[in-house]
Amino acid sequence: MRNLAFGALLAATTAVAPLTAVAQTEIQFWHAFTGRLAELLDAQVAAFNAGQSDYKVTATPKGNYSEALNAGIAAFRAGEQPQILQVFEVGTATMMGAKGAIKPVYEVMEQSGLPFDPKAYLAAVTGYYTTAEGQMLSLPYNSSTQVLYVNRDALTGAGIDPDTDLSTWQNVDAVLGQLKEAGHACPYTTSWQSWVHLESFSAYHNVPFATQANGFGGLDAELVFNGPLQVQHIAKLGEWARDGKFIYAGRRNEAGANFRAGTCALFTESSAGYAGVKAEAQFDFQIRPLPYWDGVEGAPQNTIIGGASLWVMAGHDAEEYKGVAAFMNFLSSPEVQAQWHQDTGYLPITYAAGEVTRAAGFYEANPGTDIAVIQMTTKEPTENSKGLRLGSFDQIRAIIDEELEAVWSGDKDAQAALDSAVARGNQLLRRFEQASN
Amino acid sequence: MEKRVTFRGWFLPLCLIAPQIVISAVFFFFPAGQAVWQSLFIPDPFGLSSQFVGLGNFKYLLGDPYYRASFVTTAIFSTLVTLASMIPALFLAVLADRLVKSAGVYRTLLIWPYAVAPAVAGVLWMFMFNTRVGVVAWYLGQLGYDWNHVLDGTEAMGLVVVASSWGRISYNFLFFFAALQAVPRSIIEAAAIDGARFWRRFFTIVLPLLSPTTFFLLVVNIVYAFFETFGVIHTITAGGPQQATTILVYKVFSDGFVGQDLGSSAAQSVILLGVVGLLTVLQFKYIEKRVHY
Repeated sequence: MRNLAFGALLAATTAVAPLTAVAQTEIQFWHAFTGRLAELLDAQVAAFNAGQSDYKVTATPKGNYSEALNAGIAAFRAGEQPQILQVFEVGTATMMGAKGAIKPVYEVMEQSGLPFDPKAYLAAVTGYYTTAEGQMLSLPYNSSTQVLYVNRDALTGAGIDPDTDLSTWQNVDAVLGQLKEAGHACPYTTSWQSWVHLESFSAYHNVPFATQANGFGGLDAELVFNGPLQVQHIAKLGEWARDGKFIYAGRRNEAGANFRAGTCALFTESSAGYAGVKAEAQFDFQIRPLPYWDGVEGAPQNTIIGGASLWVMAGHDAEEYKGVAAFMNFLSSPEVQAQWHQDTGYLPITYAAGEVTRAAGFYEANPGTDIAVIQMTTKEPTENSKGLRLGSFDQIRAIIDEELEAVWSGDKDAQAALDSAVARGNQLLRRFEQASN
Repeated sequence: MEKRVTFRGWFLPLCLIAPQIVISAVFFFFPAGQAVWQSLFIPDPFGLSSQFVGLGNFKYLLGDPYYRASFVTTAIFSTLVTLASMIPALFLAVLADRLVKSAGVYRTLLIWPYAVAPAVAGVLWMFMFNTRVGVVAWYLGQLGYDWNHVLDGTEAMGLVVVASSWGRISYNFLFFFAALQAVPRSIIEAAAIDGARFWRRFFTIVLPLLSPTTFFLLVVNIVYAFFETFGVIHTITAGGPQQATTILVYKVFSDGFVGQDLGSSAAQSVILLGVVGLLTVLQFKYIEKRVHY
């Protein structure tokens, strides 16, 4: 009886459907943005919803990156997963390992029949999210890379030419010495120490961070960032910390506030920090490429990205996936991408978006905003500079943070700290490998 | 001759305790049982597959020197939190108990911090001691002390202890205050007539009479320090610098929700359950004997 009633109801709705407006397909998009970035994201979603009537994307903030990933995982376990989940770059290996939980982006695009050319995307960006066979697993959304922010007034104040060459760490070393002599309280600071000084540092100097092509080759990768070059760099930073030339502010981007307030002279941070610095800095600032050690073969290679990509979760029907494809197509369009790039300082994910931005004269009006793009795209990425694909990497970063703190406080020397970080990180990699088998 | 109320048959007593049993089973025994079960596996984060490893997770944990170090950190932290929240509370309660005028106002003000959620308290303290904008850090700097809990483990520990104890003082105050009110005036007056001064009366009469309350608060505060201080640590130090403030429950969180290593996280919960259970048993066995009801 109930079946009959249900059938009748179904028949009735099917019959009535063409008469009323076609029901929109709902697409859930869970993200990890807050503040200004969330507003910009909501604006993109609103523009997409207004531009067509078949699909309705609903964006929901789910806390910070770690929390959003956990929300996605918990939802999947409960069978309530969204269609699109924003996952930060260090969660890539976790998502890739979850074969039954995700639907690769290339598959979604293929089945939708919408035009999709993986070659249109910046290789240095998509490389992070692409299989060894060149299949794109997730859509890069917000990607940034490390650059050097310079407080020009601080340099002038210390009697240093603000246009002095800061492209190498050797030159930075000399300038930090001069700043210190001039009595500057905070010559240099950094955010995201592991990302800047080990992950990207290794790529930029074309040395491996982990075996198996930084984990792209397989789950049995082992960390190797305790090589002589990395040790030498961390030892130098430790020396600067001891001499009061490098002021450590915290594990994430706490140092940003110090730079924006004018306390610190030099600052390494994500290129996406541009909007914040521009809004708050009461001094003349400039963006420079990330410094490298002169004399290292192959340096500067390219830096690696950070940020997040959009993953499509498994377990939804074809119509919904078509909507997801349409939304991703919209996000990748040159105009939307160019706007996003200019508003946020994130890299444009397609070559076309970069061209649109350049043609609009944005780079001339905002000098330094193209440095991140140039830094990423001048050289073809190598095995060491394509990115990282390591399990439990969020936690490995926490271990690296702990060990680096021991160097900054003088409790350990660089070699001992990095050896210990490698040993502890490898333990987590082995557990991840075991869980994934 | 002891007086006993007896029920005939089993039905009524069972009915009366059934709600409590059901609640305990649903909210405690079932999840605890699941944690024990999960601790025997290494699952992948999405729950797509899972491997039985027996006691492998426990072996892995206990073989990890950083995990073992976390026990010491937890012991130091909980001892300090318990002391720092109980002693001032007792002191304030004694003072408030002697007040004649406007006692109500003081009482209310002293209870107030208890209404602040741990995470909010954490943020408050974090801002006060922030190395760049913190008011307290700035004054310390003026006095020539370079406050830097971001790199100094001892300072970080001090800060999370104070932040965790602060709101808790109110809670303890409430209980001590109530207990003080219940101390019979006649005994104190008799002692006073015998010539005992205030502190003498306090240590020989009042403190022993407070022992049931003190014992209760000791148990409750240790449990608090073990489990509920997570919010404070998460907001102020995130377990750092190095591992100076990584207490056991914070490690359960970071392995489970940052590392997505649910097997290890479950095993840690089981260990934690064992530790707290053991502590409570010990307290009841040895300390309770000295409590006079």
